[in-house]
Amino acid sequence: MTGLAATFDERPDTASKFQANPATRDSTWVRYLIVGVGLTYFALFLLLPLIAVFVEAFRKGAGVYFSALVEPDALSAIRLTLLAAALSVPFNLLFGLAAAWAIAKFQFRGKNFLITLIDLPFSVSPVVAGLIYVLVFGLQGWFGGWLREHDIKIIFAVPGIILATTFVTFPFIARELIPLMQAQGRDEEEAAISLGASGFQTFWRVTIPNIKWALLYGIILCNARAMGEFGAVSVVSGHIRGETNTMPLQVEILYNEYQFAAAFAMASLLALLALVTLVLKTYVEWRAHHHPVAEE
Amino acid sequence: MSIEVIDVSKTFGSFTALNNVSLNFPDGELVALLGPSGCGKTTLLRVIAGLEHPDSGRIVLDGIDATDKDVRQRRVGFVFQHYALFRHMTVFENIAFGLRVRPRRERPSEKEIRAKVTRLLDLVQLGWVANRFPSQLSGGQRQRIALARALAVEPRVLLLDEPFGALDAKVRKELRRWLRTLHDELHISSIFVTHDQEEALEVSDRIVLVNKGNVEQIGSPREIYEKPATAFAYGFIGTVNEFRGRVDGGFVRVGYERLRFETGSFKDGQEVIAFSRPHDTEIVANPQSDDGVSASINRILGSGSVARVELVANGDAREGRKDFFEVEIPGTEVQSLGLSTGQHVKLRGRRLSVFPIQNTTKAAS
Repeated sequence: MTGLAATFDERPDTASKFQANPATRDSTWVRYLIVGVGLTYFALFLLLPLIAVFVEAFRKGAGVYFSALVEPDALSAIRLTLLAAALSVPFNLLFGLAAAWAIAKFQFRGKNFLITLIDLPFSVSPVVAGLIYVLVFGLQGWFGGWLREHDIKIIFAVPGIILATTFVTFPFIARELIPLMQAQGRDEEEAAISLGASGFQTFWRVTIPNIKWALLYGIILCNARAMGEFGAVSVVSGHIRGETNTMPLQVEILYNEYQFAAAFAMASLLALLALVTLVLKTYVEWRAHHHPVAEE
Repeated sequence: MSIEVIDVSKTFGSFTALNNVSLNFPDGELVALLGPSGCGKTTLLRVIAGLEHPDSGRIVLDGIDATDKDVRQRRVGFVFQHYALFRHMTVFENIAFGLRVRPRRERPSEKEIRAKVTRLLDLVQLGWVANRFPSQLSGGQRQRIALARALAVEPRVLLLDEPFGALDAKVRKELRRWLRTLHDELHISSIFVTHDQEEALEVSDRIVLVNKGNVEQIGSPREIYEKPATAFAYGFIGTVNEFRGRVDGGFVRVGYERLRFETGSFKDGQEVIAFSRPHDTEIVANPQSDDGVSASINRILGSGSVARVELVANGDAREGRKDFFEVEIPGTEVQSLGLSTGQHVKLRGRRLSVFPIQNTTKAAS
């Protein structure tokens, strides 16, 4: 989570410059050792598991693989995951924009407190986050009685999953935007207003274009996390098959039932999502780097 | 457009940026708001533009109270120190912005916009950069584009916040000459903020000298330079030698030494600060002379018609605030007085300007 702003400062040519200069070049064995250690770790802890997921998923053939995915419980898990992401990402988009805007462009009391609070979901364990919702909305919780009277189910139901997902993915977009918007300052907005633009026009024509790549980057990360979240969702879900199981939860259940091929088939979808996310993220970073918006 | 600032105050926390400022900017002039950094001049400009709201007081534009009017309704052009060009738009779109955001009824047609932007680009002599992005321009070019953008909406007044502050010395000089010419062509009322006295003296019709949230003096560059009204004005404009002491008859007593002066009517014992411009300061070669403050010559610069002599205070004058003096004398005098580095001499003001020391008027060096 270095943020997009930090990536602007990287100078890709520094490494090769050090390499080319005999005065700063490390001895050969040091280079091979460091590169070797890095590659071994990468292969062992990142590449191998990724390959294993797909190998295991296809172990019993493509037929089993695809039938595992179109099974009703699996489809329902996929649908629920998509729904949770489709709701929590836009919500966090709105909140992230508003929070970043307020923090970067205005002075007010309690600003630092707000910044700290935004980070809370990063610093607290997802399980704790889930438990908080159980405590607040659960049957024995603060609002439990009232909710039951009005026949509203939150915990062990879809709304709880969406709430938990939203909580866990809260900081992603705001965190991405705050440093960038702070660095950009208020000058361009003021210029726009002095030229006669309304607040709405200023926002759409000046603010948004200036932050669009960071925004997209935040959305991608937020979405990846929303689909992959396990801990908090696990606490509030209740693991009802075909109803409150998201993809990560479904993977766990299948695995515990020794349905390895099905479990890995589901896991392969999440892994695929991760790969797509990475490709998108790299593209966005590259665009942000090569676009005049990011310069200065 | 005439601008009236009436009793405007503005504080940021415990910092007073503007302290009951009242000012009148006549129509069509190029006015410089001059002062040291943090004196409130930028705040004043932003209050006029509507980018800051004053704590008290009123802003009257063209006879109409605009204090509570939206920035957009004021129709002022604002040029920012760091240009504030829209980085994701081309130069052309930057300049067209103010026209494109107009309500549909008032918005000019695409053809009119194109014609107008082209005309403005010609005006700032940058027609060839229309399709570039701001990041591809030099600082001076960006500032000219920022100016063209502000002019596109036909503002009633142009406000420029340290317009040349971020530019290097050569470009700054070119641009301010260009701004002067442009103003003479367009005759739009303009106010620009600067901390550079040379810039203010060279470019403006009128200077408003600001210090610590107060207006110290208003006048033409010539008046400000030749007849500074306050100790601050004296110290801020131009190079100046400064002596602190007490009035004693027709003298200012600086420690055990004294300086003769003629102007003003001060009580004996009044603490004063006396100023003397380098070209109005005399060197007395005899260090035993009983009129003047002793100093020793540090460097002698320039051997042409005018020589600049830098001196460092000796003895008692050192208790004053300023240790260094500068004197401009004809080059021939250096020879006739036989001045050389390290020599002990006395300094005397030909036309000493003396101000009483008050808590509020601290002279800047």
